[in-house]
Amino acid sequence: MPMDAAQIERLIKEGLPDAQVVIEDLRGDGDHYAAHVISAAFRGKTRVQQHQMVYQALRGNMGDALHALALQTSVPEDA
Amino acid sequence: MSDTAVHERIRAEISDHPVVLYMKGTPVFPQCGFSAAVVQILSDLGVKFKGVDVLQDPGLRQGIKSFSEWPTIPQLYVKGEFVGGCDIVREMHASGELAELLASKGVAVPAQ
Repeated sequence: MPMDAAQIERLIKEGLPDAQVVIEDLRGDGDHYAAHVISAAFRGKTRVQQHQMVYQALRGNMGDALHALALQTSVPEDA
Repeated sequence: MSDTAVHERIRAEISDHPVVLYMKGTPVFPQCGFSAAVVQILSDLGVKFKGVDVLQDPGLRQGIKSFSEWPTIPQLYVKGEFVGGCDIVREMHASGELAELLASKGVAVPAQ
């Protein structure tokens, strides 16, 4: 079952309420997305930890309903 | 094999080999674009690595995910430590961090 972009964004924001999320549907097939997630909660974390936080917010959908999500994480520049 | 046994196997593998890539397919015939991308990066750097095909072993395919608490494959390990999946490896390669990390861990990076 593919997921739509709005659903991905909603799950990420539930897990990381301050997050700015930009999602791109790479192939227009509802199955291959790129997401850039910006959150102050990432500060001081390694990249692996930052991605794990997003995966946790996606609650098991990653690698299952969501086959391909190219993920980029960063902290806000002005905070 | 139980999860614990699989985790033991992984722990042994990543301590016996300096660079291990858990992937879909083999380094010569990757079965997934994400795995292929990481193989390409390691090959570009000239780094020797052990490729482990998770498609040959359903227990390992699940076990590697619980081992690292990481939901996707490929997964790259350097000197026993989980470095990341395809996105992180790509980002680190683009910034030069990957070669730095490998060199700092004593792995030969001939292309440097």
